[in-house]
Amino acid sequence: MSIEKYKNNGIRYDLQIVASWIEPGSKVLELGCSEGNLLYFLKKNKQVTCTGIEINEARVAACIEKGLTVLQGDINEEVLDYPDDVFDYVILSQTLQQIYEPSQLFRSMLRIGKRGIVSFPNFSHWSIRMQLFFKGYAPITKQLPYEWHNTPNIRVITIKDFRKYAKDVGFRIIKEVAINTNNQERSGNIIRFLPNLRATYGIFLIGKGAL
Amino acid sequence: MFFFPFLKQSKMSEYIEHDADGISVGLVKKKSYTYAEPPNEMILESGTRLGPVTIAYETYGELNKDKSNAVLICHALSGDSHVAGYYSKDDPKPGWWDIMVGPDKGIDTNKYFVICSNILGSCMGSTGPCTYNPKTVKPYGLDFPVVTIGDMVKAQRALLDHLGIKKILTVIGGSIGGMQVLEWCAQYPEMVVSAIPLASTTKHSALAIAFHEVARQAIMADPNWNDGNYYSGEKPKLGLAVARMIGHITYLSDESMRIKFGRRLQNKNDFSFNFDADFQVESYLRYQGSKFVERFDANSFLYITKTADYYDLERQHGSGSAVEAFSKARAKFLVVSFTSDWLYPTYQSKSMVQAMKKNGLDVSFCEIEAQWGHDAFLLPSKRLTDLIKGFLERVYREI
Repeated sequence: MSIEKYKNNGIRYDLQIVASWIEPGSKVLELGCSEGNLLYFLKKNKQVTCTGIEINEARVAACIEKGLTVLQGDINEEVLDYPDDVFDYVILSQTLQQIYEPSQLFRSMLRIGKRGIVSFPNFSHWSIRMQLFFKGYAPITKQLPYEWHNTPNIRVITIKDFRKYAKDVGFRIIKEVAINTNNQERSGNIIRFLPNLRATYGIFLIGKGAL
Repeated sequence: MFFFPFLKQSKMSEYIEHDADGISVGLVKKKSYTYAEPPNEMILESGTRLGPVTIAYETYGELNKDKSNAVLICHALSGDSHVAGYYSKDDPKPGWWDIMVGPDKGIDTNKYFVICSNILGSCMGSTGPCTYNPKTVKPYGLDFPVVTIGDMVKAQRALLDHLGIKKILTVIGGSIGGMQVLEWCAQYPEMVVSAIPLASTTKHSALAIAFHEVARQAIMADPNWNDGNYYSGEKPKLGLAVARMIGHITYLSDESMRIKFGRRLQNKNDFSFNFDADFQVESYLRYQGSKFVERFDANSFLYITKTADYYDLERQHGSGSAVEAFSKARAKFLVVSFTSDWLYPTYQSKSMVQAMKKNGLDVSFCEIEAQWGHDAFLLPSKRLTDLIKGFLERVYREI
């Protein structure tokens, strides 16, 4: 695994936005950090102290080999060990759709972190609506490329759903951005008009307590 | 597929292999350092005085100018200071971790100054029960005091002082070597930049103690053991061989034994209907046992197993609390466990990781999928090599 590969390449557009919200020098925990592209970028460019949690051995190894601090484990359990407020940001990037008990996880995230950053594929994008309406099959998109029987994504979430959920559960949305990009694309654009219909991803900065 | 039991056995036996690419640190030399001469003996954890103390050690690579590239390797129960390289041109075997330590290897001797010393109480050059007691001019035998992991680490510290090393870039070790790694972090936190405990634990489980006890009983039941006074006569070879056989079972796993041996018979087509070694697994264990007695001292085996059983990081450094035990540690950690290790199972590594997290320590953890049981940490593994290499590069960069 060469480090060079990560040095010059940019990161995914959604991760660029997440990274832009993070103060230099802060402490970050990423849940489900995969091969650590975001953490590597933050460590390199923002002097961030970062930790990742990832369940897959090969991905954990890839992270450690490139010099990241990463723990192999289940994010739902691993978050329980940390003291209160030890992180400035706890990131849950494109993982929410796979979480069995999100409310419990959000409570933990906002206990151990001062802020949370959450991103997920927007299930109410017009193309998804069209597929369901015209074809009648469970939608398959670039962002959610699985069939109903082999998908790890057990939850479908829309941008509107998440706003409602924040109110229901009682956390604060500090900032939100809706974007349009394809999965591995380095570029994209911010959607301001009708985001719930037109954006492929929603990214939220959240904090403790209701508005 | 042909099966060559003897070849496979000798290959698996001590896990010492020539490097597949023929890369090696080359010729190395065992050195020794003696200190704690009376009346300035070393004071052990038990309060007993021990001196003089000799520590056998080897070093590879060069210590850099600011002395910041020292890597200390701690060996396990039956290991020694001979980690890598060869003693002579016709040496049939390299050191015990030659696959990991050498130029461009996981622990790169082009970059790091690698030190490994034989543990106190062993029989491979450091002071132990087979050493001459200066008071009686006979081998210590059971007069040798019971030493602890803490004492072993104190002796390693004395060696590092002698070498002029004030900071260790990484202290690394598996099994009982991993206990020394953890002890270093608790006893001398200011000296340890990073630490890698492999397939290790903060304290033995009842299962681990039980196997050690059966092994000790096997030695003590051998009439030749003679309360530890056998240095002038017959050695308790049978007892030590059985002890080693028990050890080998715990180092393997159900899966690895099924794959390696199954129920295959050794050089025969049918049972012998007597008590010869019919099965390959029997023959393997007998071979391992008989080979071990040629190089290892039975009393050292008793002492070191007891040392490991006594070890309890939480009790020693945290009044029973793992979180408190790690509260003084400053090192960056890489903790590694192996899926099929039933002697030091993953839950034990995870519990130390948990305590480290609660202390806000920088800790990485990886559980490597491996079928070879506890011994996996000594076997060639690209995954383990790459993990160690990447972690070392990072901590060296971040000094």
